[in-house]
Amino acid sequence: MAYPHEHPRETRVLSKYFGDKDAVGIDGWIERGGYKTLDKAFGMSRDEVIEVVKDSGLRGRGGAGFPAGLKWSFMPKNGDRPNYLACNADESEPGTFKDREIMRWTPHQLIEGIIICSYAINAEHAYIYIRGEFVDVVRVLNGAVVEAYERGYLGKNIRGSGFDLDLTVHLGAGAYIAGEETGLLNSLEGRRAEPRVKPPFPAQRGAFGMPTTVNNVETLAAVPGIVENGADWYRQWGTEKSPGTKLFSCCGHLRRPGNYEVPLDFNLKDLVFDICGGPPEGREMMAVIPGGSSVPILTVDELDCEVSYEGIEAAGSFLGSGGLIAMDDSTCMVHAVRKMVDFYAHESCGQCTNCREGTAWLAKILRRIEHGQGREEDIPLLLDIGSNMAGKTICPLSDSAAVPVVSSIQKFKDEYLAHIRDGSCTAVR
Amino acid sequence: MDSESTPQINITIDGVELPVPKGTTILDAAERIGVVIPRYCYHPGLSRPAVCRMCLVEVEGAPKPLPSCVQEVQDGMVVRTDNAEARKARRAAIEFLLVNHPLDCPICDAAGQCELQDYAFETGQLRTRNVEAKAVLGRDHVTEDIVYFADRCVLCTRCVRFMDEIAEDAVLQVINRGHKGFIDTMTGELFEHPFSMNIVDVCPVGALVNESFLFKPRSWDLDQTASVCPGCSQGCSVMLGAKENRILRAKPRFNPDVNSYWMCDHGRSAVVNWGVGERIEVPMVREGGRLAPVDWSRALQALAEALGGKPGTARAVVSAGASNESLFALRRLMNAVGFDGGEFRVVTGPESELKGFPKLRLRADRAPNIRGAELLGFRRVDDPIANAAGHTGSLFVLEDDLNGAPEGFGGTAGLFVYIGSKMNAAARSTAHIVLPSPTFAEMEGTFTNYEGRVQRFGQALRPPGLTRPLWLSGSTVLARLGHGEQLPTAGAAFAALAAEFSDYTGMSYENLGQYGAMVASSPTAVP
Repeated sequence: MAYPHEHPRETRVLSKYFGDKDAVGIDGWIERGGYKTLDKAFGMSRDEVIEVVKDSGLRGRGGAGFPAGLKWSFMPKNGDRPNYLACNADESEPGTFKDREIMRWTPHQLIEGIIICSYAINAEHAYIYIRGEFVDVVRVLNGAVVEAYERGYLGKNIRGSGFDLDLTVHLGAGAYIAGEETGLLNSLEGRRAEPRVKPPFPAQRGAFGMPTTVNNVETLAAVPGIVENGADWYRQWGTEKSPGTKLFSCCGHLRRPGNYEVPLDFNLKDLVFDICGGPPEGREMMAVIPGGSSVPILTVDELDCEVSYEGIEAAGSFLGSGGLIAMDDSTCMVHAVRKMVDFYAHESCGQCTNCREGTAWLAKILRRIEHGQGREEDIPLLLDIGSNMAGKTICPLSDSAAVPVVSSIQKFKDEYLAHIRDGSCTAVR
Repeated sequence: MDSESTPQINITIDGVELPVPKGTTILDAAERIGVVIPRYCYHPGLSRPAVCRMCLVEVEGAPKPLPSCVQEVQDGMVVRTDNAEARKARRAAIEFLLVNHPLDCPICDAAGQCELQDYAFETGQLRTRNVEAKAVLGRDHVTEDIVYFADRCVLCTRCVRFMDEIAEDAVLQVINRGHKGFIDTMTGELFEHPFSMNIVDVCPVGALVNESFLFKPRSWDLDQTASVCPGCSQGCSVMLGAKENRILRAKPRFNPDVNSYWMCDHGRSAVVNWGVGERIEVPMVREGGRLAPVDWSRALQALAEALGGKPGTARAVVSAGASNESLFALRRLMNAVGFDGGEFRVVTGPESELKGFPKLRLRADRAPNIRGAELLGFRRVDDPIANAAGHTGSLFVLEDDLNGAPEGFGGTAGLFVYIGSKMNAAARSTAHIVLPSPTFAEMEGTFTNYEGRVQRFGQALRPPGLTRPLWLSGSTVLARLGHGEQLPTAGAAFAALAAEFSDYTGMSYENLGQYGAMVASSPTAVP
């Protein structure tokens, strides 16, 4: 079930055992069918495994939505350098808390996906880069890794397949930018989590300079099901371009916040108002950010769309990580955006001039507007700073920081004007 | 480097078509047609992190502007460095830098040689729209002599990367993240490194400053002269900066075969202090037991008479800090009365290598022209003074300060000529003729470095008083005695040297070029 609330309209594939304490340990997991797909995978060739994942149309669930099987196919097949897999468990996109749940309720689901992926891309060593703040999750995950080694699912000659795999859980130390794939790789290497210029891409030069695939937790957790049941099974849900199911971390002004798993052709409005129960009693929904703070804000009138990648894009935003943030009319949009921009200013790695200076500048201007000292010219200034930040940096954090500013000015300009013109706020108390 | 085997790619930059070797970046390709794309973090001697975002250019077909410092050319690429999109990107980066950058220009050493100023003027982005309070981060020493003004720093990381990649001693880091970032050592303590001053050179703004240079000259007051460092036998190409006839700094000059873009700290301070102090400013001739100041006409007459009077074969104590031209002039003078050998001593010190460019090191031999002196027939010994003491023929001392010479040194010589820049007790008591000698900065000349590379240095200062180089005065005297022609210029002196000494055959000032040339007897391989 999804956690902490369940809803009958969910399609629970990844989240089937959320909340089920007995599913956490390896015995419970095996009872529930865990690890049996490994034998099937080892019986296939590496390329066959990649093909089934490609055919399934599984797209990366970290936020970029890049086809997973295609990414795996970029790895050298018979190179003279070792291949690596890095699982991105840094989950720091504001509003997103799904990977956390996968890891603390069904860590073995993730491990199984990691083993199959590593086999497919011929990696003998995999890393889980997990954010250091996930103290409790790390405890569970480490326990699961120990269990997997003990039972022979990790280490040498797994299940007699001749395939060796070592898995290292590596802790982050509090940086959102370590969730950017090359920032992650730098941090893994013991350097500052500063993103790298691409090209070269991780499949050419990744961890320690070796070919590396970086995949999100949710992406890898979906792999055992696909390999076990086939591409068509996965494609029974969702759309042609966005097959499968997705976990949505729903938070903010909702009666029933939490993680919910739905197929990718589900309706966004239904997700917010039916599954999550809409806003609390007596309040009106005002805006929803569907995929984490880095994607554009949708007004309540723009929610009648499919939650697929293409559906949300057509509505004017992006699916992103699926970290859904709902804001009702008690929200001061200027305040909310300022808090988001504060986050980006705090998290900017500082390499690129535009991002380092731009995020801090935006935050200062927004704070001034919030406190009633804004000027009319601040609005075109914010928009121009945003355009000077977008598309000009090594990684998209700079773009992301500009997004809430630009989209809130486009859709909630009255809120800004109220603050600027008479220092008042349109939020309903 | 172009080579026969590297495929050529055809690209267009700002409407100009040009073929460029595969693997070239847009930034380097643009420089071939004289288009200098603004940049901070790019430095030709360091890695390319592409972080400053100043070099963004528009490439047709690309969804967003690309950093030209790392983007390699592709066949048929069409690049614009000067259109609206490229300019907006460039102005954006400058405006962002100016948001927190203190407008310290009136009190900042970098003024006039600051890449932030330069690009702000070039693009017209002279102000920001920022009305918020600027961040204040303060200033702090990073080494004993280098001060870091954190507010001015643009976090290009050139200093961090110099220490990491070239010094191979990664003591500097970016501390903190994002807009709170600044440069420091991990512990905040000072660090020491024999090549540390290069971080001041690479800093594109006035964030890193040499404290001994701080607030001295304005950069536009300095007269710049290409020269060679006299601090050791490496012979780094340098640029001397002088104001009001005083050298205030030496910076390295690019030389791919000697020192790349770098030089050591010892050399910088050696140059600045060279020849400072009381100088011999006029020629002197001993008359009636005392040295009397005379004019050149009297001095040359005295020297001609002395040489003509068969004073006995010549021995010399010379300096390996003297130029080839001066040493050659001395050889000719000595040959006129019979060359009986000349020797020199060399001060040594600890050697330090620059790991990232191993050809460059602060060499143990702290003299620039040891090889040059040897090739002209002078020998290196521990104690040239002891060997020359008691000589009864003619004794020449060229630019050795005679420190440690015994009392009465030179008193036995039939003729004792002292040619130097500073007076000393021995010369004062026994020299018959004293000729003032310019320092290397006060004349043109050449040095031959440890590996046999002959390099030209230019004249940066006017010598004091009536000082003239020995190749001029010496050749004049010899011409009067019928031994050869007057050599009126350093170039003529070098040409005469090259005609006589086979190691230098065919060389001339015209063909030595910016980076010098190897003498014939040198191995061409790197030692």
